[in-house]
Amino acid sequence: MKTTAIINPLENEAIYIIREVVAQFERPVLLFSGGKDSITLVRLAQKAFYPAKIPFPLLHIDTGHNFPETIEFRDRLVEELGLELIVRNVQQSIDEGKVIEEQGKYASRNMLQTSTLLDAIEEFKFDACIGGARRDEEKARAKERIFSVRDDFGQWDEKNQRPELFDLLNGEINLGQNVRVFPISNWTELDVWSYIERENIEIPSIYFAHKRNVFHRDGMIWSHDDDVVYREADEATEELIVRFRTVGDMSCTAAVLSEASDVKSVVQEIRSSTISERGARIDDKRSESAMEKRKQQGYF
Amino acid sequence: MEVLKIATAGSVDDGKSTLIGRILYDTKSLTTDKLEAIEKTSKQKGYDYLDFSLATDGLVAEREQGITIDVAHIYFSTENRSYIIADTPGHIEYTRNMVTGASTSQASIILIDARKGVIEQTNRHFFINNLLRVKDIVVAVNKMDLVDYSEAAFESIKRDFQELIGKSEYKEQTISFIPVSALKGDNVVHASDKMPWYDGNTVLEHMESLDKAQIYNDGTPRFPVQSVVRPKTQEFHDFRGYSGKVYGGDLSVGDEIVVLPSQTNSKIKEIYAFNEKYDTAVRRSSVTLTLEDDINISRGDMIVKKGHLPTINKELEAVVCWMDSIQLRSRNKYILQHGVNKVLAIVTNINDKIKPDFSGTDDAPESIGMNDIASVSFKLNRPIYSDRFEDHRTNGSFILIDQNTNNTVAAGFIQ
Repeated sequence: MKTTAIINPLENEAIYIIREVVAQFERPVLLFSGGKDSITLVRLAQKAFYPAKIPFPLLHIDTGHNFPETIEFRDRLVEELGLELIVRNVQQSIDEGKVIEEQGKYASRNMLQTSTLLDAIEEFKFDACIGGARRDEEKARAKERIFSVRDDFGQWDEKNQRPELFDLLNGEINLGQNVRVFPISNWTELDVWSYIERENIEIPSIYFAHKRNVFHRDGMIWSHDDDVVYREADEATEELIVRFRTVGDMSCTAAVLSEASDVKSVVQEIRSSTISERGARIDDKRSESAMEKRKQQGYF
Repeated sequence: MEVLKIATAGSVDDGKSTLIGRILYDTKSLTTDKLEAIEKTSKQKGYDYLDFSLATDGLVAEREQGITIDVAHIYFSTENRSYIIADTPGHIEYTRNMVTGASTSQASIILIDARKGVIEQTNRHFFINNLLRVKDIVVAVNKMDLVDYSEAAFESIKRDFQELIGKSEYKEQTISFIPVSALKGDNVVHASDKMPWYDGNTVLEHMESLDKAQIYNDGTPRFPVQSVVRPKTQEFHDFRGYSGKVYGGDLSVGDEIVVLPSQTNSKIKEIYAFNEKYDTAVRRSSVTLTLEDDINISRGDMIVKKGHLPTINKELEAVVCWMDSIQLRSRNKYILQHGVNKVLAIVTNINDKIKPDFSGTDDAPESIGMNDIASVSFKLNRPIYSDRFEDHRTNGSFILIDQNTNNTVAAGFIQ
């Protein structure tokens, strides 16, 4: 006898949510960053619709400052699964004068993504954007709903959120509104990694230990790439063995010292880690409420 | 990995966030950077202790006012299982958040301030946990350090609470009383040496000891069809599958089933989870079924076992918890979402308003407002296939959606 044990109630919940998105919305899209969370979403979407194909496109907001490994990986995944990929560039928003590039030591394009994303939502009339955000990542995200309604400006009204009861997902929206959907809301970083291990999911190589030219600032390890990451003259570079725990922009993602070269050792490392995942996100360090403020403006 | 969801309830300043912060701290679930942030902020505020509530009170408004204003989800795990704590606010105006947090929880912690004892809010918290049929309740009598760890104080609160239990109609829950100090860490994760008179479990020990079969047992199998899968590819040319989540009990290949609303009989032919076939789908698993016969099935239909039919209703009586600032009135129309099924519902009568403190009902009011609980009758434009909430937590519940705002305005429990 072969039984579908509840090995993973989180997986069952995520599949249910993704199926609800397709049933309740007309133009859903999966926000794909090339990071492990969005890669996990792709696997869950595959499972949700098998033997049919994933019935929505992927949307990548390319900051132009991505790790090249991420882009290569993205293109290969899309090719293998026969998915539709839409790419919109932050560079274009800059060129059109919609946003202004940040200057100085901590310049990052992370904030600028929001504008490009909102434009893309409008261009394609997407009514549901599936994202890989998790409630355990950050305090403001802990209050996020699974179906999170955004207004015309893409804004999140955190004090006026719809209650979510039982398994029931209310996908009714007004004209001009859209929802962000977070199927892996209840997963922790360790849950994602354990899933990647169990399902044997391929992820970009930068998640594993590799040699990299880096420099140190504010107790964090920054990637050395003078085209993208601003570096003071006295910030010396060196080659270290590092890996990344989150994959954002090169300019806002710090590396961690690690010897973990495969999924199994990464899982072990996270189990014993004493630093939170977003502890290595430079964009969150700006202030105690950095994430909440970004979310109100429509950040993913 | 097994997941246990716990809701928390307590009044302002009962120390709920501190309790959760303490659980995180003592289970070593707080990472260095989060701890550093807590230490830094505690020091800035001039506290001589660590303010663990900072670990959970996430929004700016909350940090400014020092209160919790929305449901926050907190995650931690032990070797035994994973936990999700829904940190729900205790303010009277935020009852809707408490109902929300408890609606997906298998267990609940009700906090009582040892100095204040059972207060009106406690009645309300316990009432809502009863209404939502939460099976396991821990009554944590907090701030024991401020009453000199007195056994008499604890016992007196316990007696007052037991009076409440006497008034409750729902008898299938287990209720445990634990004296704690969240601030000092007594009986939260580690046993206290200050209260030798108490030899029961700590809060965490209690959660660890919960029997999963007991908590998750929730009725007969119901399979609401989420979507029909027709890949129309070479390989799966004639494939017609029905995707959904199994609720209540297991479904197996060969089971004789009935499809609602057509009442057509068939048998389960295959059970798919991704690209693998299974013999049995256990409750709460997301699967795709195929049937022996070609039947016309669409989203919102329900597959159930033969001989275990739910009630097919076009008229409904339900207890409703109202969650919106626009009031519910007789003759109003709403979208009623029951599982994946949406129908139109018209309010035919507000029967009575239920006092959420076990003190009975008020006669038929004209309207019900935010945080009110009432018995309401509805007429539906199409039938739903439902059970009574007390028999089936999933198939006995629904939400109401306001057609003008599209907001979720109520939680309903079918009687």
